Amino acid sequence: MSEYNFAYLDEQTKRMIRRAILKGLAIPGYQVPFASREMPMPYGWGTGGVQVSAAVMTPDDRFKVIDQGADDTTNAVSIRTFFERTAGVATTTTTSDATVIQTRHRIPEEPLSEGQILVYQVPIPEPLRFLEPRESETRKMHSLEEYGLMHVKLYEDISRHGHIATSYDYPVKVEGRYVMDPSPIPKFDNPKLGNVAAIQLFGAGREQRIYALPPYTQVVSLDFEDHPFEASKPDHPCVMCGAENSYLDEVITDDTGGRMFVCSDTDFCEARQAAGHIGTMNGKDAA
Amino acid sequence: MYVAVKGGERAIENAHAWLAEERRGDTSVAELSVEQIREQLALAVNRVMAEGSLYDPDLASLAIKQARGDLIEAIFLIRAYRTTLPRFGASLPVETGKMACDRRISATFKDLPGGQVLGPTFDYTHRLLDFKLAADGEVPEAATREAVSSDVPHVTEFLNHEGLIEEAPHDDTTPPDLTREPLEMPAERALRLQALTRADEGFTLGMAYSTQRGYARNHAFVGELRIGSVPVEMEIPELGFSIEIGEVTLTECETVNQFTGSKSEPPQFTRGYGLVFGQTERKAISMALVDRALRWEELGEEDEGAPAQDAEFVLYHADNIQATGFLEHIKLPHYVDFQAELELVRKLREEAGTNSVSEAAE
Repeated sequence: MSEYNFAYLDEQTKRMIRRAILKGLAIPGYQVPFASREMPMPYGWGTGGVQVSAAVMTPDDRFKVIDQGADDTTNAVSIRTFFERTAGVATTTTTSDATVIQTRHRIPEEPLSEGQILVYQVPIPEPLRFLEPRESETRKMHSLEEYGLMHVKLYEDISRHGHIATSYDYPVKVEGRYVMDPSPIPKFDNPKLGNVAAIQLFGAGREQRIYALPPYTQVVSLDFEDHPFEASKPDHPCVMCGAENSYLDEVITDDTGGRMFVCSDTDFCEARQAAGHIGTMNGKDAA
Repeated sequence: MYVAVKGGERAIENAHAWLAEERRGDTSVAELSVEQIREQLALAVNRVMAEGSLYDPDLASLAIKQARGDLIEAIFLIRAYRTTLPRFGASLPVETGKMACDRRISATFKDLPGGQVLGPTFDYTHRLLDFKLAADGEVPEAATREAVSSDVPHVTEFLNHEGLIEEAPHDDTTPPDLTREPLEMPAERALRLQALTRADEGFTLGMAYSTQRGYARNHAFVGELRIGSVPVEMEIPELGFSIEIGEVTLTECETVNQFTGSKSEPPQFTRGYGLVFGQTERKAISMALVDRALRWEELGEEDEGAPAQDAEFVLYHADNIQATGFLEHIKLPHYVDFQAELELVRKLREEAGTNSVSEAAE
């Protein structure tokens, strides 16, 4: 693919995206409009993340892509292959080895370190979107810090269900100012958003927005004093590596209700197994 | 034994190989050439060029072949290719008054300077399947006549002489470009027109149709519909003057709409405008109707809350590449979110169950 520029996008486009990223880093949690390009993969399939990754990537980077926490899900494979072909960068599945990690729906279990960049694919960047469909209105609400509607929604959840009925895509407040959509990560991952050593960048291609969390930013999940935020996960250990504190996928094993739980973060799970942590089903017949 | 869902890479490769095989179909049937698509499926090619925002019949034909005839997929291929092209500059505005018209009709005047020219239209064909076409595609030669050499004036200009139609003010400011700047609201008319000309034909048609059925009703006359080629000129800085760099076929539709006047405007006819690449008549007329509906605010009309009046609704949902991508992304794995929802629903059900038991006990 030598006919394309390094990492596919031309340098002017990358410059435009970098400016948006810098603005995003300067105003944490603020959604910066940017002139998203049509990419050779569909909108909604990570075009925002891909553009952000392309803009920050250098030839020396080691790139990792996860979708649902796994390196081998089809769309993660597709995006990794895209950058192998268009940028020729080294790729890895090991979280700690990667310099740029593009993710959809998860934050790696292993804490990130300085020098790493985590790039989120974002479908709907506007946390207020499903309370107010109009972009012109929601932008006004952000600039006036008018977040009452969001609190009313959360309160209504509690009065109706006894809980805040949001299990993923759980809204956060950044540095006491902007309410931000963390992308559809499970709320289990929310505590991992704040006070992180790595840079976190969020790209929404179709919606033409970029936002960012610089390292060590304060990020608080919205809640109430008497209904504090609670990061939840299935109450089981991983059957492969025995981890008690990782986010789990539920796998159906038969048609009579049999199921088991395995880590959604494949790199984390494999590293634990390699270190000798063995779960209850590892090496056994699941059926 | 449980094996993690490995092998995504191989699965993708195999799927692509199968897709290529399916695209080719039965190899005992001759392969379709790009030239055949360009010449014989020209209206599909036109739609792909219009919504792909790239005027290149050969590339559009290739895209249709590669997409197995799925036009939205073909438009997507063209859009993705288009973004990689360098920009050398902008052409001068094309002068549709100098169009070499293949078709030019007016629904408002029986006869007019430049005449009514039906051109190659389906309009008065009887929609009967032509079984002869299945056997042989030979056609008798169509009658010809000398081309009209003079310029064909716009119908709305005739109305303008009497002041019966609103002025379309001359404006030389460079219009915005939504392929280079993020779309932001409120959108001025030039930007709306750009969004509409590349909008999905079906969506635009549906929106236009809704205005005809009473959602922001504003009866439109087709003042004029013309299809033909116009020269494209570009100023070359080194030369200091403009030169013709090619020709494009365009469809232009100007509607003349009723308007009884408002606080700010006298009673007069108003305009809706459609301009689309290629022979794309349905799209151009739809565009003109939607353009007119979106102008309610500047004309001081009432906001009826109709979908076609709502620029934010129309413009954010008219692009089929954005829409299809987001729609189809729900095919991607959502295990993680779904797991979170499972936990939540189980928890809520558990509590609901406990509550009803305790209520029954009371």
